[in-house]
Amino acid sequence: MEMEFKILRFDPEKEEKPYYKNYTVQAEPWERLLDCLNRIKWEQDGTLSYRMSCAHGVCGSDAMNINGRCALACQKLVKDYQGSEVVLEPLPTFKVLKDLVVDLDPFFERVEWIRPYLIASNPPEKERLQSEEQRRKMGEAIRCILCACCVGICPISNENEKYLGPGPLVQAFRQIFDSRDEEREERLKQLDYPDGVWACLNHYECTRVCPKEIPVTKEINIMKGEIKKLD
Amino acid sequence: MIFKHDVIIVGSGLAGLRAALEVAGDLDVAVISKVYPTRSHSGAAQGGIGAALGNEEPDSWEWHMYDTVKGGDYLTDQDAAEVLAKDAIRAVYELEHMGVPFNRTAQGTIAQRAFGGHTKNFGEAAIKRACYAADRTGRVILDTLTQAAVRKGIKVYSEFNLVDLIKEGSHVTGLVAYELATGNLVIFHARAVLLATGGFGKVFETTSNCFANTGDGVYLAYRAGIPLEDMEFVQFHPTGIYGLGVLISEAARGEGGILRNGEDKRFMEDYAPVIKDLAARDVVSRAIMTEIREGRGIDGRDYVHLDLTSIGKEQLAEKLSDISSFVRIYLGLDTATDPIPVKPTCHYMMGGIPTNIDGAVLDEKGDPVHGLYAAGECSCISLHGANRLGCNSLVDLVVFGRRAGKLIAQDLQKMDWHELPDQPSAGAALKLKKLKESRKGEKAGHIRASLQKLMSARCSVFRNEKSLREALSELSSLKERYEDVAVDDKGALFNTDITDACELESLLGLAETILLSAIARTESRGAHFREDYPERDDVNWLKHTLVQKTDDGPRISYKPVTITRFQPKARTY
Repeated sequence: MEMEFKILRFDPEKEEKPYYKNYTVQAEPWERLLDCLNRIKWEQDGTLSYRMSCAHGVCGSDAMNINGRCALACQKLVKDYQGSEVVLEPLPTFKVLKDLVVDLDPFFERVEWIRPYLIASNPPEKERLQSEEQRRKMGEAIRCILCACCVGICPISNENEKYLGPGPLVQAFRQIFDSRDEEREERLKQLDYPDGVWACLNHYECTRVCPKEIPVTKEINIMKGEIKKLD
Repeated sequence: MIFKHDVIIVGSGLAGLRAALEVAGDLDVAVISKVYPTRSHSGAAQGGIGAALGNEEPDSWEWHMYDTVKGGDYLTDQDAAEVLAKDAIRAVYELEHMGVPFNRTAQGTIAQRAFGGHTKNFGEAAIKRACYAADRTGRVILDTLTQAAVRKGIKVYSEFNLVDLIKEGSHVTGLVAYELATGNLVIFHARAVLLATGGFGKVFETTSNCFANTGDGVYLAYRAGIPLEDMEFVQFHPTGIYGLGVLISEAARGEGGILRNGEDKRFMEDYAPVIKDLAARDVVSRAIMTEIREGRGIDGRDYVHLDLTSIGKEQLAEKLSDISSFVRIYLGLDTATDPIPVKPTCHYMMGGIPTNIDGAVLDEKGDPVHGLYAAGECSCISLHGANRLGCNSLVDLVVFGRRAGKLIAQDLQKMDWHELPDQPSAGAALKLKKLKESRKGEKAGHIRASLQKLMSARCSVFRNEKSLREALSELSSLKERYEDVAVDDKGALFNTDITDACELESLLGLAETILLSAIARTESRGAHFREDYPERDDVNWLKHTLVQKTDDGPRISYKPVTITRFQPKARTY
């Protein structure tokens, strides 16, 4: 079938401002939108830039705004866009470097700021023990692939560039609810500031778009509850 | 621009990161990667990491070693298999200590499950040896190591593509990289370079590999005169999603999944009576292709079914949730009720850059190349021989990545800086200039598609001399077409048109080494099955292939296999 794409293009070295360019490609209903993008790039217009790698929703490279929803192009199928034009834009909130490529450094810096690693002393000779019940608490958060769809769609992140953002908060949740971690309280306190966990106003947009179906807003609210218990 | 670090590691998957963690602190180490580290392809590994912890049932490293050797159809160097099987146990505990969120047993220890080719008591029955975190084991280990690298302050240059190795005589003194964000060529000057660039499944049309897996490190080593080992051994994973090649982990069969043909028959009973669907991957892939060839695919078509319906909804959600979501998203099917259409997909390269068991790259005489190291899928230790077992890859990466790091730290105590040659990036600059100026040629995508179709049609699960020779001749015309390859994008920023064209040179070069090695080996062993020579021939072929670039064209030679504990015998499952 024939698919119409309208893609927001921008090369800051050559152009003053972004503009839309239209493309038409032939695609099968079961193909991914990423397959269409590749066909555009490989057969029609090699100047189009976007990120991609695994092509099946594991690496998190090809996050973009698809008809106003942040999503991975490799997880969306042609058949679900039949008969309508597909508008592709870079992830909102972030600075555009070229076409669909955005600067994710601020996102990764925030992930690093929450100290996304286990802090635990004196490891035993074998493994630390953990029950399945304890492990399950982080079972959803460990699905995070750092694609930044959640931050892209978040109305708060969009307005307040100081907001820590949903993705980094999921990373914090993963550590806080790891029974092996020894800095649970310090980690909760670290999030207890106006642009931290409290900036979230329950718009639930992150939860709706998360390609790995993590209940992001719920996890943020659980952390709010845990912080309140500290007082 | 020149960046100077004691150690440059190319690749931010598990092998590269584990090596970096080993040398960081004492030495100035930097990692360069085509992608942001957590996008590396180690993250796509699903099912597990193998170690004889014995948490679920008694196990021993000897059994693990035996399975690895037998899985490799006795082409495995047994000193490497022994190192792996012994050190795997420590390596998995280390990952747990770093924070990897493994699933747990009722006792709270690391949970383990069955995997293809892993057995108890030297082949008696399947054993639970694969430690796992649902079906995203690679991804959580990658996240853990990436964050450990952040914590140690290791410098990572993300979105830098390797485009040339700098080798002066017998010394590697650095490399040239293309910075995607700016289009600049950057020179990295180092005392040691570790290649950890992963596999090159993109040589084939249907593959579980990511787009970044184009084997640039392996190809550039070859171009620099390093021989490549055992390139004919390409693993086709039995269960790729039909049409897409996306992987359905062997863990699906480890948890109870069954392969069925068009007659609804569990056909693996005929091919591997003892462990059936959990036979080694080469055996299962050949069985599937045989069923398809003999008309017993589903509705006579070119796929079979993987049936997970007996596992149950709850277990599928708990242990196989990612693959269940792939099946739902891409096929619109429910793993709890619907069988999954599957077909073998190119998955893993057993061959690569020859190294010793400490990660030193070896030249054609078997001597270490000064300043050059390799670890992970791009290397050939040879741990996996003619066929790798499932869940032996992740453990290979962390065990041998660490060993490479240790050797580098030790070697650098006595290795000084070597001067860079004049204009080390001149060759790469010329190549980019030529690409941008080419007017008459085709785009890389056309040539690449032809290459991938060619290799999938002629050099996959079943091979024969006539077909391989035809492929070689078609390949030489593709290489001629590549001489004029052209790009649309002449700009500087995120010019992936240019990097696509550069990567295609790697794919074409590596395809040639695969074909040449496959033509030369007139026997069938592991993943290399020759219809015209269907038997294993230990008298003539119990040896590793080397293919080396010379002024007179590629030269094939051989080197012996290291055999210690297990003498070759017939391989049945």
